[in-house]
Amino acid sequence: MQVGVGLPSGIPGTSSRLILEWAHKADEGPFSSLGVIDRLVYDSYEPLTTLATAAAVTSRVKLVTTIIIGPLHADVMLAKMAASIDALSGGRLVLGLAIGARKEDYDAAGVDYRTRGKRLSQQLSTLRSLWEESTIGPQTARPAGPALLVGGLSEQGYARMARYADGYVHGGGPPRTFARTADKARAAWLDAGRPGQPQLWAQAYFALGDDSTIEAGRRYMKTYYAFTGPFADRVAAGLLTNPQAIAQFLRGYQEAGCDELVLFPALPGIYQLERLAAILSALGRSAR
Amino acid sequence: MKITILGGGPAGLYSGLLIKKANPAHDITIIERNAADVTYGWGVVFSDRTLASFQRADYKSYEQIANQFVIWDTIDVYFRGERLHCGGHVIAGVSRKALLNILQKRCLELGIGLQFSCEVNDLAELPAYDLLIAADGINSLVRRTYAGYFEPAIELGKAKYIWLGADKVLDAFTFIFRENEHGLFQVHAYPFSGTASTFLLECDEASWLNAGLDKASGAESLAYCQSLLAENLDGASLLSNNSKWINFPTLKTRLWHHKNIALLGDSAHTAHFSIGSGTKLAMEDAIALASSLERHQDLETALNAYELERKPVVEVFQKAAAESQAYFETIKRYLGLEPMQFAFQLLTRSGRITYDDLKFRDVRFGETVDRWYMQKVDGTEAIIAPAPVLAPLQLRGLTIPSRIALLQRASIARSILPGRCEGCPELVQLPLDSVGLVLTELTAVSAEGRITPDCPGMYHAEQLVAWKRLVGHVHNSSGARIALQLGHAGRRGSTRPRSEGLDRPLRKGNWPLLSASPIPYVQQSQVPREMDRAAMNQVRDEFVRAARMGEEAGFDLLHLHFAHGYLLASFLSPLANLRDDEYGGDLQQRMRFPLEVFDAVRTAWPQDKPVSAALSVTDCVKGGFSIEDAVAVARVLKAHGCDMLEVLAGQTTIDGEPAYGRGFLTALSDRLRNEAGVPTLVGGYLTTSDEINTILAAGRADLCIMEIARLDT
Repeated sequence: MQVGVGLPSGIPGTSSRLILEWAHKADEGPFSSLGVIDRLVYDSYEPLTTLATAAAVTSRVKLVTTIIIGPLHADVMLAKMAASIDALSGGRLVLGLAIGARKEDYDAAGVDYRTRGKRLSQQLSTLRSLWEESTIGPQTARPAGPALLVGGLSEQGYARMARYADGYVHGGGPPRTFARTADKARAAWLDAGRPGQPQLWAQAYFALGDDSTIEAGRRYMKTYYAFTGPFADRVAAGLLTNPQAIAQFLRGYQEAGCDELVLFPALPGIYQLERLAAILSALGRSAR
Repeated sequence: MKITILGGGPAGLYSGLLIKKANPAHDITIIERNAADVTYGWGVVFSDRTLASFQRADYKSYEQIANQFVIWDTIDVYFRGERLHCGGHVIAGVSRKALLNILQKRCLELGIGLQFSCEVNDLAELPAYDLLIAADGINSLVRRTYAGYFEPAIELGKAKYIWLGADKVLDAFTFIFRENEHGLFQVHAYPFSGTASTFLLECDEASWLNAGLDKASGAESLAYCQSLLAENLDGASLLSNNSKWINFPTLKTRLWHHKNIALLGDSAHTAHFSIGSGTKLAMEDAIALASSLERHQDLETALNAYELERKPVVEVFQKAAAESQAYFETIKRYLGLEPMQFAFQLLTRSGRITYDDLKFRDVRFGETVDRWYMQKVDGTEAIIAPAPVLAPLQLRGLTIPSRIALLQRASIARSILPGRCEGCPELVQLPLDSVGLVLTELTAVSAEGRITPDCPGMYHAEQLVAWKRLVGHVHNSSGARIALQLGHAGRRGSTRPRSEGLDRPLRKGNWPLLSASPIPYVQQSQVPREMDRAAMNQVRDEFVRAARMGEEAGFDLLHLHFAHGYLLASFLSPLANLRDDEYGGDLQQRMRFPLEVFDAVRTAWPQDKPVSAALSVTDCVKGGFSIEDAVAVARVLKAHGCDMLEVLAGQTTIDGEPAYGRGFLTALSDRLRNEAGVPTLVGGYLTTSDEINTILAAGRADLCIMEIARLDT
């Protein structure tokens, strides 16, 4: 299992300087990827723009969206943007798509909320075709374009993944929840007659420091996930706050067959990245 | 903190005493509607794990409860005049009344205020509190008051049940299945004291109505049950405590706490009685709540932690309870099983206990199952027998040496194409020693019937040469047998390799498609041509030709693909077949052409070799082909000489997918096998011999497709 780190681009007030510094430092290791998350009506940076920025100051890490809300974008525009980031970064883009969970984002974008599942299915196959035919360019690093991941908790999500994508992004939770998700994804993949295995990705949040730092991290989580209503508290309670928790969490995900786990910060400060890097190095994870 | 607990049942009392014990400064009041000595119900049961948690939580009450326990470790199953028994299930029963007495005393000892005979009709009546614990049961006033927040959902079971006692001392947890002229009645009975036992009677609504129990008075009901169970009661009497026949309500709530209010036990959740008591869950909730309050200063954090700890555990329990409940609601399906298999199916019904668990708990029972399974296969009465997975399977003249089938996925393909007969390296690498059957992936009966350009086929002389070599390799290198899976892609044909996704038409070189009706599979798909009679004749003859070539290549079994939206499946489903001729319309007409192909192949294939078929037993779409249709089709196929059916689901259209997960096809296989009486082959992401042994011994399938589990590095 590889371990990536998320950019603080979803945390309100994060400076452009921090994004650049974070990306640059993460590229030095021990992280395998840089992740971004998506929401529209919120004080956050647009994920693909952020990845394009990160691409300029990195040369090694994969650039992954876990996830962006696909149906908010016109297929051709999304294909063009993704192909551009892929080409500009030397084929480092991994594009995770999902339907998202907030109606207000759809309303703001003027996109129909009810048909979002169907739209995403259609979008997945359209993106592939657009990249393969390369009529809109630029030429992606692989002829088939960047790896496509699907996220989302619905039962249809697994079938959609198995039908069109290369893998699945798990939204979060303890390792045993991931294990059940992984079984569902593998079962769907085999049932679809796809060769090999689906790539299995996951994300989690961390905040490292003293009690007040951790509390500040929890507050961010509660604010960010306030749209889930009472579940915000439940998400905040899953925050990883110390080396043991991270070690156990990583081991649990690895045992359950996770390919790549992206750890997102709950606080915007370069020291958070440094502390995480130190913990991973102590766990014997190198920059490869 | 001032804590008010509404409800003086086990949950309320236990949470009160544990919270007070941890912090005597709390001011706790428990308000109960009934008088101190009134209780409904008889005994409750706890597993050894629950008992251990009681011991840790409060030794004093545990010790007193333990003195009252009746502990046993055997489950008896009475079925068709036989008694089967399986040990190792440590369970303890205690009278509900004794339990309440102990907990009440302990509460008083700790200085908790107990108010009995105090009915609360409005939460506004309650004095001010810092924390309100709602232990007020399934009809919880608190939950109803904040229903908009907690979002409770109650689902009533289909069966009728009644909770009775008996002055009969049992020495095991006892299941009794009793058939009479009115129908089938089942009993869940267990001892809870040295003088009495709980008797829960359950039956379906039809049996209940036939017996006139809807109109019977309490006394008449009791008399009916008494005479029904006369043999088991052996002179003892059933007792009623104002008991009534009801449908079991399963309660789920979206959230368990709201501000400074926490739901506990039955006010938050219920689970069907057949896998354990609600009292167990309620008291475990109490332990979690008390320890969470002790751990966390902040009330909100504490209630959150309580809910986070308990809700997932209870949800898993409820899922198992739902499986168990569904099992009892459809138990008639299993009446044809032999008592040994019936008992095994019963013990593994909820999915929580597996073959390995039972063998660990009672090795004698486990080995009896093994011997029984083997004896059914070959008639031998061995002293020891291997696990079911290693029992051979006989289909006509074919002996499949084990119950493990391996599906060759996408790997043979490249070596079976005309002109590319360089062998089959992937297969050579597989350890086939314990494998019973190798199943080829879908092999096209014609070039037009391929799914992708790389799809293996059986229509060309060069292919025959390659297949012969492959079959020879399997036969020479192992005892495994090999099946040829024949199909025609129909409207899912002419697509790119599946490494690039599903059902994506080729960029160039597409070939024309056939289907029952001219409906494209997905939006981008080519519109298929509706098959006319000439096309039907041609496809039927192609199947026959492929079958003959398969025989020449030395295949042991022929497996016909009637599933996943391919050509023959498109006739079966009303979603894909809109024809108005004699091949469309009702199920009998829709299955006419697939049956014609089956018959033609069956005739062409040697009589002593078996033919099987893969069926999507449900389209997973409302208005589509259903499991009931599948049972009907299975019966007809069986009558036409089909020796086994593979159970698949969905993919008839892109809107129909099963709920994926480990063993996602097992329940469907169980249903098809036991309702239609045909042997089944099932996959559905099975990766361990334990899963497969459990399926086989319970009679849920006869042969299982095993996935080679991915070893993480």
